[in-house]
Amino acid sequence: MTAADRPGTARPTLLRMERVDKTFGGDVVALKGMSLEVRTGDFISLLGPSGCGKSTALRLISDLLHPTAGRITWTEGQGVGDLGVVFQEPTLMPWATVAQNVWLPFRLRGQPYSSVRDEVLEALKLVGLERFQSSYPRELSGGMKMRVSIARAMVTRPRLILMDEPFAALDEITRFRLNNDLLRLKEAIGCTVIFVTHSVFESVFLSDRIVVMAARPGRVITELSVDAAYPRDDAFRTSSEYAGYTRRATDALHEAMGEAA
Amino acid sequence: MSIAEPTEQVTAVDPDEVARLRARRLERFGKWILPAVVLVLMLGLWDRIVVWNEIPHYILPGPGLVLQTLIDDWAMLFEALLVTVQITLMALAVAVIGGVGLAVLFTQSRLVEMSFYPYAVILQVTPIVAIAPLIFIYVDSRIAGLLLCAWLVAFFPVLSNTTLGLNSADHNLRDLFRIYGASRWQTLRFLQLPSALPYFLGGLRIAGGLSLIGAVVAEYVAGTGGLKSGLAFRILEAGYRLNIPRMFAALILIAVTGVIIFAGLSFLSHMLLRKWHESALSRDR
Repeated sequence: MTAADRPGTARPTLLRMERVDKTFGGDVVALKGMSLEVRTGDFISLLGPSGCGKSTALRLISDLLHPTAGRITWTEGQGVGDLGVVFQEPTLMPWATVAQNVWLPFRLRGQPYSSVRDEVLEALKLVGLERFQSSYPRELSGGMKMRVSIARAMVTRPRLILMDEPFAALDEITRFRLNNDLLRLKEAIGCTVIFVTHSVFESVFLSDRIVVMAARPGRVITELSVDAAYPRDDAFRTSSEYAGYTRRATDALHEAMGEAA
Repeated sequence: MSIAEPTEQVTAVDPDEVARLRARRLERFGKWILPAVVLVLMLGLWDRIVVWNEIPHYILPGPGLVLQTLIDDWAMLFEALLVTVQITLMALAVAVIGGVGLAVLFTQSRLVEMSFYPYAVILQVTPIVAIAPLIFIYVDSRIAGLLLCAWLVAFFPVLSNTTLGLNSADHNLRDLFRIYGASRWQTLRFLQLPSALPYFLGGLRIAGGLSLIGAVVAEYVAGTGGLKSGLAFRILEAGYRLNIPRMFAALILIAVTGVIIFAGLSFLSHMLLRKWHESALSRDR
């Protein structure tokens, strides 16, 4: 691990949230005073109980919602295709083949399939599904659908990928495998990831920064850094280092939930 | 998961499997044989009732006489059938264009929807037999009048189903389209229209039957046959002349036409959806 990969050292800022509030309907405070500096190459987990505003934060960053107060700024400006999104559901178009689904971000930019076939196939290869390019989503298992969804998010090589509890509905074995693959993919395309989860284990395994959040009102309680070196694999899952981080994250989460109660 | 699983070759080992295979066999043959048996029984019963009770043919003709009439009057009835089918298909086409067009307009502009939807409902709930005489007062062309009546009956299922379909596109996919900066047209073309297809096809199947009903009812009201008379007029005419066998023959033709339209649209629906939609998938178990 080089110094440039170490969290906290000088990596350029990609995105900054400054004291962002989001209130719905005048009285439901979904997010209060959230500040976050996202640096290029970060893997940030937003960890917290339901209703802590994790998903609201993602929707604010993706510009689907607008802050009630505060601001969100991209340091170099954001263009279409700078952002990839993975939802909790695979969110594929059932009438389109796997390759057509992955083509979508390009298609919406007006790029015909023939001009981006290589990128689409490359993305499918990265998630190990190149053989299934002509299949329809219903022919795939839950884990495979999620892989297609990830391939679609990565196909444009975005600078930032937002993931909203993408593996919550999968069985644990599949989840572990996808966690491993996700880290490998992130290295391969060199993007930044913000990952919403309510699993302490997942957040410790994946991220170098864990933002712990509390509910009512949704807010940031603390931030932990996980300084374990990448690449991480199954050995890391059973290490005492991992157990230590897990305990600290669990304590922080309990503290957050205690405060919220 | 796969569609082409050779389930038949599985050797039945437990009672569940045996029961399942038997149910499957029954399903396959029973679907055709049972209605055919019912048909034969009913025809036989009909024939016997007529013969035993010595019912005169101007009250109730037997099935044999009806068939004979169908063959004898075929030239005239077939010509009338073509007229009715023509009106029906044109009305269906206009119902599809009008229904889908209005649905798209409604989803593009909430203002248009709020302004016009109540009137679409009013048109739908007003019985066509009540409006038809008025239509034939104000519309000179007989064909145009018939078309308008049939369209009024048929367009609403297309409109309401397509509107529902356009609005039921997956919310996350909508968000995704917004994030990728999709235009209104792109969202309609690549997301809303494909999402609406199964709903539209459901509406289309209903509209197919309704346009036939609309065409027949309108012709009943329009009354006097012009140069080209449809089946409804032939039924009326035969009624005046107490030619009951011909009424039955024309009725059979209308029913058969309705069944063919329904089967055709069902087949179309199956072909368009078979690759991806739940309704068209064979269940594994």
